[in-house]
Amino acid sequence: MSQNLDWSRKDLIDLKPLSRAEIETIFKAAASFQKALQKKNKKQPYLEGRTVVNLFLEPSTRTRLAFEAAAQNLSADTITVSASASSLTKGESLRDTARNLKALQADVIIMRHSASGAPNYLSKVVDIPVINAGDGSHAHPTQALLDAFTLIDKLGPLDGKKITILGDILFSRVARSNIICLQKLGAEVTIAGPSTLVPEGFSAMGVRVCHDLQPALENADAVMLLRIQHERQSSSHFPSIGEYTRIFGLNKARAKWLKPDALIMHPGPINRGVEIDSELADSPQSVILEQVTNGILVRMAVLHLCHCHHRGLKIKLPA
Amino acid sequence: MSNNNDILWITGGRIIDPANNRDETADLYAVKGLLVEALSDDQKANAHKVDASGLVVSPGLVDIHVHFRDPGQTHKESIRSGSEAAAAGGYTSVVCMPNTNPVCDNAGTIQRINDTVRQNAVIRVQTTGCLTIGMNGEQLAPTGQLKEAGIVAVTDDGKCVQSNEIMRRAVEYAKMFDLPVMDHCQDASLTEGAVMNEGEWSLKLGLRGWPKAAEDIIVARNTVLAELTGAHIHMQHVSSAASVDILRQAIARGIPVSGEASPHHIEFTDACLKDYDTLYKMNPPLRADADREALIKGLCDGTLACIATDHAPHTPTEKDQEFDYAPFGIIGLENALASTLETLYHSGRCSLNEVLALMTYKGAEICKLNAGTLSNGAPADICILDPEETWTVDPEQFFSHSSNCPWNGRKLRGRVKGTYVAGRQVFDGDKITV
Repeated sequence: MSQNLDWSRKDLIDLKPLSRAEIETIFKAAASFQKALQKKNKKQPYLEGRTVVNLFLEPSTRTRLAFEAAAQNLSADTITVSASASSLTKGESLRDTARNLKALQADVIIMRHSASGAPNYLSKVVDIPVINAGDGSHAHPTQALLDAFTLIDKLGPLDGKKITILGDILFSRVARSNIICLQKLGAEVTIAGPSTLVPEGFSAMGVRVCHDLQPALENADAVMLLRIQHERQSSSHFPSIGEYTRIFGLNKARAKWLKPDALIMHPGPINRGVEIDSELADSPQSVILEQVTNGILVRMAVLHLCHCHHRGLKIKLPA
Repeated sequence: MSNNNDILWITGGRIIDPANNRDETADLYAVKGLLVEALSDDQKANAHKVDASGLVVSPGLVDIHVHFRDPGQTHKESIRSGSEAAAAGGYTSVVCMPNTNPVCDNAGTIQRINDTVRQNAVIRVQTTGCLTIGMNGEQLAPTGQLKEAGIVAVTDDGKCVQSNEIMRRAVEYAKMFDLPVMDHCQDASLTEGAVMNEGEWSLKLGLRGWPKAAEDIIVARNTVLAELTGAHIHMQHVSSAASVDILRQAIARGIPVSGEASPHHIEFTDACLKDYDTLYKMNPPLRADADREALIKGLCDGTLACIATDHAPHTPTEKDQEFDYAPFGIIGLENALASTLETLYHSGRCSLNEVLALMTYKGAEICKLNAGTLSNGAPADICILDPEETWTVDPEQFFSHSSNCPWNGRKLRGRVKGTYVAGRQVFDGDKITV
């Protein structure tokens, strides 16, 4: 099957420069893989003979496994490098690590890094595709793509839909990428949480900033919950986990403020009983596990599109 | 010794000497390293004659805030290379910060630096001493002995003293020796892990934000301590609009405080960080446009006394990494005159006189240097410049060991055509001549 697909990038660092058409191209490809995955043999041939390196310099389970699964579904060979097992702990620079990976015949580098902007830098020092799997507090483009893909799958087009992102926005790359992605797709975004983690300054991005949970949730079509990122913040941002749960935790009573059947989403890992009631996480409204499966699809799409463009190949999709 | 070094005769230039309110086309004379009113016919016959027609003849520039990394980090800069960079930038006097390795908290280190200066420097290089031992903000450094060794100010530079009690005692003690205290105003508790200005761009880029309040709080504290003790506290590289306001009010009330601005803070804003370019990573960070404007206003109305570069060399390898990990700082000596002329003079904000005042005698006054004027009897430290000549910044051509310069590739107006120290040419507009 060949369609008119709008894609001319070798890297995916950030969703900011992408047009709505480009985002929709990713979704078209992801949707075609969705059908193909339901067949007996999941493997697609598009990255056969290619080596995909997962350079994960910060802990990750879901994203790393989803990228590995995506690459393997595309028939690529995968190599995973973690921070503790890499020469970066021996003082090697990121430039040298990346150039060595290239010399070791890597065809694509997928990187997770604790420093914001690290993939922007990496894409300047190597000429092979670089896919950002999350950098510091900056961007997590494939997470936002899988979130939007899941939302569209459930709600249809997002134009005019009200989406609330609740939690630690200040330190969240997921929130930043979601704000950009959802706005490009026409949704109205509200961000909510304590004032120390949801500074007013975000309103310059065109979102509604809300420190009161009820107006933040009322009439929302979906709510995305974010984990409190202990690893990125000092203890001064809020008094205690208990206080956070009391004021901002999503429970059944508060979920009633949402539209009926509104979706409850979470990029994981979830902290049950902290930002979300255990029951709600397992409720029919929750699409948390579908997000995970869709994560494989959009990552297959991104890998495939970036690889095709880099190699100058015509983009083909499964029939 | 040839006569040429003894007698200097600069002809036909537009002499601008802001300290003396002088702006006229005239000849300038020096004998044995000092400026004189006139030369005898005999002296004229033996003088080294320099034609400056069509050019501006200014006092040699003065920068009271540079890092020459010597001793300890001479792979980044040395007194030789730093002073050559200064000479090429039109500077004849600079004041080095004490964060060398070892740090300048003892007279021996100052003596060692001064020995190197005597042997290697091509311009006048002055030292500062630490406020506290090891710049740890805990125990006063031996300021009296440091003064005897020749320092012109005390400062813990990049490590702002956090304890108000230690700072109070340090400035009180420094006052006894008539030394200004220069402070890098930064409340460390507000800037933990921060790498750029806190604002719209830090939110967009996901980089840890550095609130202006971290500077404002210390500027306010220092103002209070200057009033309490009567000691002169100089605020280094002011970057925030509110800090300019605090200084303006304090100066109006007669409190002995002063401030400087750096060429980068009056030209660039935090929007320059949009591509995570580490050449725009400095401390204090680039701020918002309103701050940039407030700094320019502060320079124009006299609230900020002078321009200082905070010339901070780092190797390409150090700057070539993830933004969070790259060191703070940029170099500026070789383009400071041109970039400041662009921002303040060519933009129509200040006269040429005013810009040269900010870059000559006003900084010298803060550290009580015998520099920055063309008065008769003053050292014949001179910068000859063409304020209109356009050139393209190429850090690879710099005399500095380092090239971490965000003006890389920019076209700027204003070029140094010659630098003279004690009547002797040290830079001819192209190369170092000593």
